[in-house]
Amino acid sequence: MTATLAIEGLKLAINDASVLRGVSLQVQPGEVRGLVGESGAGKSMLGRAVLGLLPSNATIASGRVAFEGHDLLAMREAERRGLLGRRIALIPQDPMTSLNPVKRVGAQIANLLRHHLGLSRRAALARTTELLTEVAIREPERVLSLYPHEMSGGMRQRVLIAMAFACDPSLVIADEPTTALDVTVQRQVLQLVERLRRRHGSAVLFITHDLGVVAKICGSMTVLHAGRVLEEGETAEVLVRPRHAYTRALLAATPRADRPAETLRPVPPALVEQLWSEARRLDSLNAARPA
Amino acid sequence: MADVAVASIATPPSRLFAGLKRGGARLQVGLALVTLLMLIAIFAPVLAPHDPLEQDLLSAQLPPAWMQGGDSAYFLGTDSLGRCVLSRLIYSARTAVIVALIAATLAALIGAALGLFAGSFGGWIDQIISRLIDVWMAFPPVLLSIVLAAVIGAGLTSVIVAIVVVDWTRFARVVRAETMVQLTRDYAAAARAIGLSRAKLLRLEILPNLVPLLVTLLAVEMGIAILVEVILSFVGVSVAGDTPTWGGMIAEGRQIVYQAPWIMAFPICCIIASVIGLNLLGDGLRLALDPVQRS
Repeated sequence: MTATLAIEGLKLAINDASVLRGVSLQVQPGEVRGLVGESGAGKSMLGRAVLGLLPSNATIASGRVAFEGHDLLAMREAERRGLLGRRIALIPQDPMTSLNPVKRVGAQIANLLRHHLGLSRRAALARTTELLTEVAIREPERVLSLYPHEMSGGMRQRVLIAMAFACDPSLVIADEPTTALDVTVQRQVLQLVERLRRRHGSAVLFITHDLGVVAKICGSMTVLHAGRVLEEGETAEVLVRPRHAYTRALLAATPRADRPAETLRPVPPALVEQLWSEARRLDSLNAARPA
Repeated sequence: MADVAVASIATPPSRLFAGLKRGGARLQVGLALVTLLMLIAIFAPVLAPHDPLEQDLLSAQLPPAWMQGGDSAYFLGTDSLGRCVLSRLIYSARTAVIVALIAATLAALIGAALGLFAGSFGGWIDQIISRLIDVWMAFPPVLLSIVLAAVIGAGLTSVIVAIVVVDWTRFARVVRAETMVQLTRDYAAAARAIGLSRAKLLRLEILPNLVPLLVTLLAVEMGIAILVEVILSFVGVSVAGDTPTWGGMIAEGRQIVYQAPWIMAFPICCIIASVIGLNLLGDGLRLALDPVQRS
């Protein structure tokens, strides 16, 4: 079976500074894979590389990003755009700023449907109402005519989730969708993503720094640090028997309900320093021996 | 707040009303002044008590009706050739409005298109357009207009061309900068992530965000166009000699300002009222059109 997303040896630099140092990662159909790492690990850049939304000063040195067997990096611009939003969707990080501030929410969703599915105005409106109901928004007819600033963060994130799943994508990239929300809303959003994923049969690449979130929703996980994959496997396996020292350190730094807060330990700076020096040694090796 | 918004969508008239309220006194006063100006321009033949070109040398330099020696037939008096000042003011509004509408709209279309282009493509396209704007803005604008109008020859078209050629930079500069800002916003990235092409992204997502800005600029630009037309007609390179214009009236009144100051004073008042009206309208519309501004 072809993997929904297969990244092989992806190397990416921004202004000649390495961000991804040969990352390989697979997302199987229908799977929820967590991509965990601290800020600066390169996890968001990985998501943006898949979507083709890299900043203009970013260059991909080598590697392959294949979506259902098709190389996204080699693909024509127009062809890739046809996949975006339809087959590959994004749930953005910040719901407060990711909706167009001057357009009513209903029009934004309807535009997406009309753009990709060619629905008529009336059909798009009907489908939009359905989608809003699906993400547990009460009085969808009323919400349709609201502007984003008239809605709460949780509501906006639901709208963005509805948009992500609107065209039954086979891959959804969730870029820290819960980070900007408070804890109670986070839970609702996670449940929502899980429910919609099942209903639409989508695979999800869930980018987060929160191991608690990974434990709740992800079947498998990949730990990223300094642009390198340190460990990957089934979530249950990795969290119970972490093999890499960094994963263990991350676990020890994650608050849990069944442990007193005093047992929390920050990730040891020495370990982080060691990992970075390894990464830099890798860079200098590559520089000395150009591929 | 949400309720107001919903109500305002359900019925267009109330939506219009809500916008009018949001724009505040500026919008209302500006709208009133500009509407008045437009109505005067449109209905000039009906409103003017006399033919603006009709000379009556026997009743030259009559003061306004309420002053001593005034004639009630000439409410605002007459000029040195005995033409009705009020009628000439009314007909002058036509020239002003035509120039303002056409010149400002053309300048906005050309400037905004180039600005969007430069702002969204960046790179060498942006470099070319930006340098062009820089060079353009190094000329004193009014001087450039006068030279252009003089070169092309007098007439309404040449006035409009002179204004458009000079003032497109105003729009291009601002639209370019704002497009760049909008493109870095998260919503623009999210729109690209749903597979919108650059053209669609600009048209469907970015442009609606520029509308309040463009409308403000357009109103201000109409005021500027009126001023430039006044200057051009003051120095005598505007429309054909006998067409009444505010600038032309000021130029004529200047020669006899000590004997008949009202001939110069009235067109100046008209200009001030029009420009203030347009500026207020621009300010008010910006508030009224921006959904985030409602509070």
